[in-house]
Amino acid sequence: MIQETHFNVFILALLVAIPAWAIAVDEPFTVTLMTRAVIFAIAAVGLNIALGLGGLVSLGHAAFFGIGGYAMGILAFHQQTYAPIFEWPFVIEGTKSMPVIWLVAVVASSLAALVIGLLSLRTSGVYFIMITLAFGQMFFFYCIGWSAYGGEDGLSIYVRNGFPGLNTLDPIQFYAICFSILALVLWIVSALAKSSFGLALNAARQVPHRVETAGLNTKRIQLAAFVISGAITGLAGALFADLNRFVSPAMFSWQLSGEIIVFVVIGGVGRLFGPVVGALVFVALEHILGGLSEFWHIYLGLLLLLIVLFSHGGLIGMVCGRKAVHD
Amino acid sequence: MTFILVIEQILNGLQFGIMLFLMAAGLTLIFGVMGLINLAHGSLYMVGAFAAAAVAGLTGSFGLSLIAALAASALAGVIVETVVIRRLYNKDHLDQVLATFALILIFSEGTRWVFGSFPLFLEIPEYLSGPVSLPGGIQYPLYRLALIFAGLLVAAGLMLLIAKTRIGIQIRAGENDREMIAALGVDINKLYTLIFALGAALAGLAGALVGAIQSVQMGMGEPVLILAFVVIVIGGIGSIKGALIGSILVGLTDTLGSVFLPQLFGLFMDTAAATNIGSSLASMAIYILMGVVLIWRPTGLFGARG
Amino acid sequence: MTEIILATHGLTKTFGALKVSNNISIDLRPGEIHALIGPNGAGKSTLIAQICGTLTPAAGRVELMGKDVTHLSARKRSLAGLGRTFQISALAMEDTVLQNTVLGALGATGNPWFSLRPALKNHALRGVAEQALHRVGLQDVMSTRTAELSHGQRRQLEVAVALTLNPKAFIMDEPMAGLGSEGSKQLTELLDELRVEAPILLVEHDMDAVFALANRISVLVYGKIIATGTVDEIRANREVKEAYLGDEA
Repeated sequence: MIQETHFNVFILALLVAIPAWAIAVDEPFTVTLMTRAVIFAIAAVGLNIALGLGGLVSLGHAAFFGIGGYAMGILAFHQQTYAPIFEWPFVIEGTKSMPVIWLVAVVASSLAALVIGLLSLRTSGVYFIMITLAFGQMFFFYCIGWSAYGGEDGLSIYVRNGFPGLNTLDPIQFYAICFSILALVLWIVSALAKSSFGLALNAARQVPHRVETAGLNTKRIQLAAFVISGAITGLAGALFADLNRFVSPAMFSWQLSGEIIVFVVIGGVGRLFGPVVGALVFVALEHILGGLSEFWHIYLGLLLLLIVLFSHGGLIGMVCGRKAVHD
Repeated sequence: MTFILVIEQILNGLQFGIMLFLMAAGLTLIFGVMGLINLAHGSLYMVGAFAAAAVAGLTGSFGLSLIAALAASALAGVIVETVVIRRLYNKDHLDQVLATFALILIFSEGTRWVFGSFPLFLEIPEYLSGPVSLPGGIQYPLYRLALIFAGLLVAAGLMLLIAKTRIGIQIRAGENDREMIAALGVDINKLYTLIFALGAALAGLAGALVGAIQSVQMGMGEPVLILAFVVIVIGGIGSIKGALIGSILVGLTDTLGSVFLPQLFGLFMDTAAATNIGSSLASMAIYILMGVVLIWRPTGLFGARG
Repeated sequence: MTEIILATHGLTKTFGALKVSNNISIDLRPGEIHALIGPNGAGKSTLIAQICGTLTPAAGRVELMGKDVTHLSARKRSLAGLGRTFQISALAMEDTVLQNTVLGALGATGNPWFSLRPALKNHALRGVAEQALHRVGLQDVMSTRTAELSHGQRRQLEVAVALTLNPKAFIMDEPMAGLGSEGSKQLTELLDELRVEAPILLVEHDMDAVFALANRISVLVYGKIIATGTVDEIRANREVKEAYLGDEA
């Protein structure tokens, strides 16, 4: 068994080494694939707060991913058409600045998570799963009908948005941005997990009535976790939109919600690097199996079934054993 | 906005709701008795539709195609239950979600592999096609009317089954107390397989019946599945009555909303804006309905459990 | 008259036609252990649930330190000074002993919001938690995963977690259940000490412990308190003998 922190450092090293190697041998496509994996990892790290720490099985996280994506799409679309988003009561213009877009994405997805969380946390268990799934679908249908922003066809953004001091069109520089955000998010989540809030959230998953008896408001803690979780996944959505320079209702699809869960579970639920490992493995499988067979989802499904039925703790669980306790 | 249009749309909503009921009934029974969340229920709907389309293509008989749909989806249900689902009853919800998500991938891609990506078409039989005249001079498609009656018939049959038969007693006992039912000497494995197959057959029947008015294609089941979830959240887990009332509410809200909301907004704004806002709101109407029910009654209108 | 810490006045609760709590009035005075005994199904757990706020009574009041808490949630009652141990251990099994105890301290001494500081590095929280663990004798297993504790140790941990809230009154639901004689003895000693800090309402089946510890005993039968008194009074009470203790007492 390898110690989990060592394994995590190894994964971080891979995230630096693979793109560096790809640049050295002039394989920009590998950098793009890695960017995709890193963005999925951010989305899944977000979900892992709700799912892994909080035990909240959200099957609607694509909603936040999509909201982040559309935040980018709408802001950049207005900038490229020179039409303000609002003219009344005050003028709001579009923007091509990544930091502004990220801020809007995080705020918008937090607000959505707050509303969805308030409603779905009135219940628990299977109800929670069904309700989050249903609200995700609501956004999907809303965007299909949203003709101002391309409806079913989505929106294309001609030029990638800018970041001060960097050339975002250079794949490796854009990768560096995404990787830095992943590192930052991982740092926040690891601190959060050890904080008083994380301790309470972790206990609320296991014994909610105990947390109430300790004088803490379980639902409020879970709601806060859900909002933070949605915000991070929303940020990932904005990056994903920038990677593809395209947003469409597919970003809201239930399949994507399912896939974000799959990232978390393949890697290891509740493990800090679980979602990262899961996203890397998923993108690798997608690339390799997808190259072998048009029907690679069948193999993915079979693999997933085997993991659920016969393994515990995902890949990190297999490599590092049981989760270590903090002291 | 005429009286005839209103009646027509109400019938459309009713027809849509009744078909949703066929999905939701099986799901809610499986939740209620086995405590399982089955995302692959939409795949069984799809299996029914494809089986019907394939048999109709071979034989040209609508009746045979319905029988094929029932048989194929029930069989798929039995296989899935004994191979996979049975191992999930004692697992947590996350494992159930993942495993049944995996089943969707396998079913969907498997179907695409066998039948290809192009949609199939299932024709309405001669004797059920064309409009029929209703009192008040309303012309309404006979097939849709037949769907309403068939669905209501199934609903009545299902309620009788649960209220009056031995299996029904076992199902109700299973919903209330899992240990008691084992104590009664019932073979739990057999009962669970039976319930799962029953739910699967209902889903398959719905798929075949709806397949004749929409196209039969891969991925057709999941949107219906998610609507059925909305129905169950509204009606309450485990309640057949809740599923029926929830289905009809969702069917009517969705159908009437998409027709009348744009017109309603047209009363006080210009047509283009009204169509936009009205149809956006209509696409959200059932989820808003679900939200209202959640605020008012978190366990659904007829939910038994807290 | 001594000050009363915790009291119920005419608590009544019905499930259908069944009166599970029938006009129950008991109180808890400073420094005492007040034991609540009764046969299975007498309604002890339902009464505890109403006192702790997880069940709403149909009629009657619960007062803590003279304040009406009948309409407060379980959480608010904990913060108001009601320390509870659960009948079935309600501990986060994946977490360590220390983590469970720090969690207990969080509501009263800490604040879970707006800080990314590790909870276990918070000296105030950790101090309270470690002190509580010392009190119950679990200081040597602080970093052990709770799932690996023995049954008796878990009961001790339950008490430690309740201690962190620095409660005005303890409600203990069968703390001795499943303990061996050695464990029982240890816990008896601990409770004996604890009563000085805060009185204990003790629901217990272990009659030796009850008779050894209790200042007063109330006997609950079919949702009704049939007698309240000292150990000797209860032993001598004819009605209690018939209804509950049988011929053994």
